[in-house]
Amino acid sequence: MAYVVPKESYNGKVLNVDFGKGDKALVIGGENALPFLSFEGELPNRPVIACEIQDTPPTDWPETVRNVYKDVSGDPVTWAKYCQNDLKAKAIALRLVSTHPDRDNRSAEDAAKTIKDVLSAINVPLIILGSNHIEKDASVLVAAAEAASGYNCIIGKAQEGNYKTIVAAALAHNHKLIAMSELDINLAKQLNILITQMGFDKEKLITDPMCSALGYGLEYTYSVMERIRLAGLMQNDATMQPPILGDVGMYVWKVKETVASEADVAEWGPLEERGTAWEALTATAMLIAGTNLLIMRHPKAISIVEKTIAELT
Amino acid sequence: MIIIGEKISVIAKKVREAMNSRDPKPIQELAEVQWKAGAHYIDVNTGPAEEKGEELMTWMVESIQEKVHAPLCLDTTNQQALEAGLKAHNNQWGKPLINSTSNDPERFIMLELAAKYNSQIIALTVGKGGLPADAEERCGIAAEMMARAAEYGVPLENIFLDPLILQVCTTQDQAMHSIKAIKMFQELNDPPMKTVVGLSNISNGVPKNMRGLIDRVYLTLLMYEGLTAAIMNPLDKELMDTMKTTDVFLGKTLYAHSYLEM
Repeated sequence: MAYVVPKESYNGKVLNVDFGKGDKALVIGGENALPFLSFEGELPNRPVIACEIQDTPPTDWPETVRNVYKDVSGDPVTWAKYCQNDLKAKAIALRLVSTHPDRDNRSAEDAAKTIKDVLSAINVPLIILGSNHIEKDASVLVAAAEAASGYNCIIGKAQEGNYKTIVAAALAHNHKLIAMSELDINLAKQLNILITQMGFDKEKLITDPMCSALGYGLEYTYSVMERIRLAGLMQNDATMQPPILGDVGMYVWKVKETVASEADVAEWGPLEERGTAWEALTATAMLIAGTNLLIMRHPKAISIVEKTIAELT
Repeated sequence: MIIIGEKISVIAKKVREAMNSRDPKPIQELAEVQWKAGAHYIDVNTGPAEEKGEELMTWMVESIQEKVHAPLCLDTTNQQALEAGLKAHNNQWGKPLINSTSNDPERFIMLELAAKYNSQIIALTVGKGGLPADAEERCGIAAEMMARAAEYGVPLENIFLDPLILQVCTTQDQAMHSIKAIKMFQELNDPPMKTVVGLSNISNGVPKNMRGLIDRVYLTLLMYEGLTAAIMNPLDKELMDTMKTTDVFLGKTLYAHSYLEM
């Protein structure tokens, strides 16, 4: 008798979420099998990597990744165009860090203007991220959603403390939404339920169970993501079927392995190689756990992960 | 767990009157409300339906599936009516379920119909000569029926074994025998056999205000042993909440604060 490959069967399917518009629009999700197991089901859409930029020069990024963008990062429009035209980014994630009260505390109106400027300069899809300040994000993301009306962006992140206003804005301006909870699968499910109970379509939702870097809690993120996928696919839990986001760059480019100089730790090897490997490895682990959308910083790390995706697809 | 909504029964006066006058509205409403409450199948109990049974069942199936996009559990002892129901059934949302065959030769015809229409079927583990004494006897009958089903060409995955729940107020020891049978039935095949119960039988004859409690606790014990499906009232919120909570404990539903609302 010929050998028959044992196959798992799944009851559920990850939801399709599209973002952007025109011929550069993207779709993520749609799979009815675990990541890359194409022999067990349909995996219609490849994971997408968005290139991260921010609305103010990245003085808080370590030199390795700051240097890559040193000629363009003085202004978000130039930076976005560089990512799209030179790095061939498929999507761009704009983080509005300058609105954070502890940074420049810039206004929601300033943020709205930045978004309009960036959107008129690019044609790839845009992900708009707040500064991760619960109260401030509520006002900034509302203004951002309005400024981006008609562009079918992804906005986020809606959290337990501010989701109501952000959901209403995403609903009013027809954007996709990132729902973020802090490494707790039960709270991730609860937030998705609360958001859909507001009338927000679950097919417009993306779950961010919170990322972490290799060596700094990656196994927690991995485990939560994997359990979300299993609940959605095996138990057909409709609340756990939105695509998953891995916001990798911001967690990686602050750990000592990506920052410590060669002079300080010669035995760790060249800093740039070390940093990009750290980001690429963290992102690859997220992909294996079920991530559909990655936000990354270093172009070399992005190309390593793109290559991995191509090999596994 | 699979829920078979039990509310459309000839025993209910409102349903009986609607059946007699061929008024689809009350029946459709009762089907819809059960479906929305989480029923996966709608039981259609027309009783013996000796007069115009075929026409009645056809009308019932078509009226219900016009509003409810779910498979039906066809519950009649009239074989002509049953066949008419199977013909009328729209399989787009799943195979129908025949309620039921048993080890009584008069009911073997139901297996023939299940094979002919590729329907699922409930097999009551009871023979012609009286009620089974314990779980072992129920298993013996189940094994006989599984062999017979194979002869008729009914695949085992289309069979739901029913241990026959008896009322606790008169046959207390049978409550535990049926629970044990649910566990043992599953061991009769790999993959495990599917199981079903008519839940409210357990509380037949007990004071009305205690029936809900008895049904809920009994359902939990049955689910713990791996029950696949129950014919029950999906409009009983406390019963549904008990089922959802048991599914959380059994790891079949991921906990969230709002799990009862899902």
